[in-house]
Amino acid sequence: MAEARREAAKSGPILRLSGVRKSYGQAVVTEILHGIDLTLERGEFAALIGPSGSGKSTLLYLLGLLDRPTSGRIELAGREVSTLSEQERTERRGQELGFVFQFHHLLPEFSALENTMMPMLANAGREQPGMRDRAGRLLASIGLGDRLDSRVTQLSGGQQQRVAIARALAMEPLLVLADEPTGNLDTETGDQVFALMRRFNREEGTAFLVVTHDPGIAARCDRVIELVDGRIESDRRTPGAEARPGE
Amino acid sequence: MPFEWMVALRFLREGRAQTALILGGIGIGVGVIIFLSALITALQTSLIDRTTGTQAQIVVRPPEDEVRPLVRSVEGPGGVAPAPRIERPPQRLRSILNGAQAMAAIARLPRVTAVAPTVAGPAFALRGAANSSIALRGVELTSYSRILDLSSRLTEGKARLLGTDALIGVELAKDLGVGVGDKLRIAVPSGRRQVFSITGVFDVGNRDLNRRWVFVSLRSAQTLLDQRGGISTLEVKVDEIFAAEEVAQTISARTGLIADSWMKTNAQLLTGLRSQSSSSALIQVFVIVAVALGIASVLIVSVVQKSREIGILRAMGTSTRRVVRIFLIEGAILGLGGSLVGIAFGSGLALFFASLAKNPDGSATFPVALGAGLFLRSAAIATTVGLLSAVLPARRAAKLDPAEVIRYG
Repeated sequence: MAEARREAAKSGPILRLSGVRKSYGQAVVTEILHGIDLTLERGEFAALIGPSGSGKSTLLYLLGLLDRPTSGRIELAGREVSTLSEQERTERRGQELGFVFQFHHLLPEFSALENTMMPMLANAGREQPGMRDRAGRLLASIGLGDRLDSRVTQLSGGQQQRVAIARALAMEPLLVLADEPTGNLDTETGDQVFALMRRFNREEGTAFLVVTHDPGIAARCDRVIELVDGRIESDRRTPGAEARPGE
Repeated sequence: MPFEWMVALRFLREGRAQTALILGGIGIGVGVIIFLSALITALQTSLIDRTTGTQAQIVVRPPEDEVRPLVRSVEGPGGVAPAPRIERPPQRLRSILNGAQAMAAIARLPRVTAVAPTVAGPAFALRGAANSSIALRGVELTSYSRILDLSSRLTEGKARLLGTDALIGVELAKDLGVGVGDKLRIAVPSGRRQVFSITGVFDVGNRDLNRRWVFVSLRSAQTLLDQRGGISTLEVKVDEIFAAEEVAQTISARTGLIADSWMKTNAQLLTGLRSQSSSSALIQVFVIVAVALGIASVLIVSVVQKSREIGILRAMGTSTRRVVRIFLIEGAILGLGGSLVGIAFGSGLALFFASLAKNPDGSATFPVALGAGLFLRSAAIATTVGLLSAVLPARRAAKLDPAEVIRYG
């Protein structure tokens, strides 16, 4: 299933935005994004940077199908998604996108393994054979094989963020959207978490879009998109990013 | 286990203090309902038993003799017809026409559990110089025991009505100075008389009836009262005591006979019972409303507390339908769980109450009626209330904007 989707996505970009605008408010309308055109290719590892209030998060939530643009088109794997019903958007979101947030946002009631399984459970409606194994393998691959049944509240900040990454990858998404994934961690732990994302990008071909304030993190991405005042100010490739220290 | 159940159960399990408190709250509510129902049902049953225990629930008798004036009353235009005074005829002792057929027809009706033919009439019990006015009742013990079980009310002798056997009440036995094995002469107004031998003495718990009732076999009574082969009344029992009036009306309609239920002959008692029932129902309704508000408020607080988690679940591809279901399931589980607590609590309270006051014979002064039916009904009500109370919180959870709650909590 995931393979088929990946094959289909090969033919074109994962994400294509054209003329996307977003404004809030009824009486006083404030436009946050003023016509964004952006294309993300399969397997890309891109950073989205910009000062506070530039519209980074707003853009991220639009891309994550958690919000709808006021105007413009958003195509996910070649299909227009901003006009889909809420139910269809929920399905696409569950199957094709993964999320990593600054404050991990794991469910404290569940163990590391259950948290990792959560997207699979939420999409399938009940546990199916193989889910537990896949989640276990994911956690083992990020060095948490011995903490599967630990309550997430018993894990350190870095461990929790790693579980969040495993969870984001559980459904083998085309694209993982990460909002300040290292913002809440010390430098060393942040580096480990970042390295983990790069590893999955390399090994599984999952595309990443990382919102960050940290110039160090941005410099280690293949592409840096800078947003200023709701417009794309610059969009540049950073050759050899992967080879930099910290990897 | 379905995803929604897994999440709902975990949310409840991990919200320990909150879950425990609301379960306690629902438990007390359901407990009060159980206790109140058990007590009132039992009190009413025992009250009805005491008041009407010796009466059949429905008594069927032949239609009364009516006067059929041969002169048609004249009602001319504008004219006033003289209204002649019609004197009511004296009612004589009559049999039900086709008694056996009527009996079979009544026995076939739904809700009827027993039908017993009786032949009853006034008579005198004579012994030496003493005599006493009695109500002679001819019955078949086999059928009559299902209306009024005489064998359990005997103080002496045994329940047997063969040939010229007779069962008399304790008061009559005392008045006439007779006991089991003695002879008793019974005379009817028409002059017929017959000697019976006393096989048992009963106490039906009513002094007057203990003095007046004399049971003999159906055949003896028919002979004495000159009702050969006839049946003067049919006594009927139904499966649910409050269905008596309805069944009585059906009997009247089907057979053309007069059928009086205990509810009609004890109208005041019935009014008392009804107002007791409705005040108890009112209390229960308020308790249910309080329980519903409790469940709803706990779940709304939980939705607010977990709004960010709900946002995350939505971001991971959980549909709003599943989110709604999670909270509905939580409500239903709280209702069901609370009702289990309540059943234990209410039963305990009722049994404790019953054990406090005892009659000299060891039976409870405050009887309680606890049964599977009451438990099931309470659990069903509590679960439904839980489910309904969760509708509002669940809709609130579904309306949360994931983008907003993830960013701002």
